[in-house]
Amino acid sequence: MMLEIKGLKVKLKEEDKQILKGVDLSIAPGTVHAIMGPNGSGKSTLSYVLSGKDGYEVTDGSAMLEGADLLDMDPEARAAAGLFLAFQYPVEIPGVGNMTFLRTAVNAQRKARGEAELSAGEFLKIVREKAKSLKIDADMLKRPVNVGFSGGEKKRNEILQMAMLEPKMCILDETDSGLDVDAMKLVAEGVNALRSKGRSFLVITHYQRLLDHIKPDVVHIMADGRIIKTGGPELALEVENNGYADILAEVA
Amino acid sequence: MALAKLKTDTTQARLAGLVLPKGAGWATAARADALARVQQMGLPTKRDEYWRYTDPASLTVAAAPEAAVFVNDETPLFDAVDRIKIVFVDGVFDADASDDLTGENVQIERLADAMARDIHWAKDLYGVLETRSQTPVERPLAALNTAMATDGVVIRATGDVARPINLIYLHADPKSDVALHNLVKVEAGATVTLLETGPAAARLSKVLEVDVADGGAFHHVRAQGRDHERRAVTHCFSRIGADSTFKSFTLTFNGVLTRNECVIEIVGNDAVAHVAGACVGDGGDFHHDDTVFVTHDALNGESRQVFKKVLRNGATGVFQGKILVKAGAQKTDGYQISQSLLLDDDSQFLAKPELEIYADDVACSHGSTSGAIDEDALFYLRSRGVPIDEARNLLTLSFLAEALDEIADAALAEDLRDRLEGWLSRHR
Repeated sequence: MMLEIKGLKVKLKEEDKQILKGVDLSIAPGTVHAIMGPNGSGKSTLSYVLSGKDGYEVTDGSAMLEGADLLDMDPEARAAAGLFLAFQYPVEIPGVGNMTFLRTAVNAQRKARGEAELSAGEFLKIVREKAKSLKIDADMLKRPVNVGFSGGEKKRNEILQMAMLEPKMCILDETDSGLDVDAMKLVAEGVNALRSKGRSFLVITHYQRLLDHIKPDVVHIMADGRIIKTGGPELALEVENNGYADILAEVA
Repeated sequence: MALAKLKTDTTQARLAGLVLPKGAGWATAARADALARVQQMGLPTKRDEYWRYTDPASLTVAAAPEAAVFVNDETPLFDAVDRIKIVFVDGVFDADASDDLTGENVQIERLADAMARDIHWAKDLYGVLETRSQTPVERPLAALNTAMATDGVVIRATGDVARPINLIYLHADPKSDVALHNLVKVEAGATVTLLETGPAAARLSKVLEVDVADGGAFHHVRAQGRDHERRAVTHCFSRIGADSTFKSFTLTFNGVLTRNECVIEIVGNDAVAHVAGACVGDGGDFHHDDTVFVTHDALNGESRQVFKKVLRNGATGVFQGKILVKAGAQKTDGYQISQSLLLDDDSQFLAKPELEIYADDVACSHGSTSGAIDEDALFYLRSRGVPIDEARNLLTLSFLAEALDEIADAALAEDLRDRLEGWLSRHR
């Protein structure tokens, strides 16, 4: 398995609030899984816990990336192991140029994996090529990370990072939020271009429309900290047509 | 009003046995005048308004506290820059280690030589800007420097001085107690860059007087050395004319006590004055104080004060910055920002921003913040595979970037940035 989550229970560190109440999820290499669910069901928490954000406490269960214990690693080690989270709200970092950021990240991961760092020239060539297909211009590469970027630009910048870092397991946390149809298409094209046999995706979304563009193999419905139903792409259509109420009632 | 007893005692103790250096008539007069002003003002004590956050006791005490010499084998700063090197060892000019004091469009002399001559342009500058800058805020340590200093350089730029002039201050004696006094006269339309590097002494008092005539430009980049136990009080006094530019940047590493005062008077229309600084301090015995006073006394003046401090393990940073806009100085554009990045709960930043405005058509803004590393940004970087220490450095450098951006010359800025990166990787 690429990603294997078993009985994952997570609470907030600061308060006694259980968010994930036993999540089981297996993602095979090369497959695209989608998680849908109402607000507050724990979708974003799952993505943060997997990538190692502070503030959560795992009380039970496990999460393995290609057999390695993710929960035991620092966030940077998870990234080097091949995990990538496209943020719902990409962070602005004034004073750090986007290019510097990308190069630092790429080379840090290469170093962690024992590979040679890319030279400035090599890096520039690759980044220009990938930026072009995402319609990211030279100016966006020069500007500080995400500062003054529109919602669409921020999300395209996430996909650019994903393209540069070439992770094995990509988690997209509500990448469609705040995007108009054209921007969503562009992002989806970027993601689809990265689909390959060895790379898996976990697409978290409220709406079915992103899944029109990024076609999932498996769709999960999450509610109240658990995955309550799993099916094929038709499950997403069911949500689109009938909302979550029917499914929630069905499993209640 | 009689001086308070503490002040009187401090002053008497410091001046006891002080013999003024000899020089030409004008120099002797300037020194005697300065001494009289010290006696009249009295040396600072921590009860003084402008010394409330910084205790001047170790700067005013007669015997300077010792400071170990910091030995390292790093390449000297600005080594790759084609520059005129002028070396002082514990405050004494070292002719052998220095380059020829010659350059195109510039006259450079040792202060001692200038002060020995009966007729010299330095007469109209030595202690003159220092004296002008004693109101409305007294700066007695600068007057004491004018009274005592024997060494330094006098620089007169008459055109575009292509090579920067680098004053290199080496510290060799753990007991050195030094007063250096430098003069820079930038003639109309002339341009010069002054670099100052190194710790200079166990205890340093340094005054720089800069007179920039109409259309002139003065660029100043300074890096205060890494000796942990050193103390320094420095003053930069500048008067700038119409259409002129004054830009000063100071980077401070370490030191138990650093007080950098910068006093700028804009006397001509359409002039630009930028003063900026960055400091990095680690430990409870680090204390760094920037005290700045910018006076606008002309039309369309632009001034910027940009100060950033990175403080950790109980370090203390102080900023006292003032913009004074005199009546009639319309269309003044004044900006002031002071910020600290506190890397733990024990470090502290004390800021006193002041605006005093007597003109009714000006734009002046100021801000001051203290904050920690942005945890969201830190996680974002780590989630991309950047190790935590490297991510912290990157965010710290980005915090300092606004100050470093004030340096006009990109190569000089890059050199300082590298040193900062080195310091940050050593202090984790």
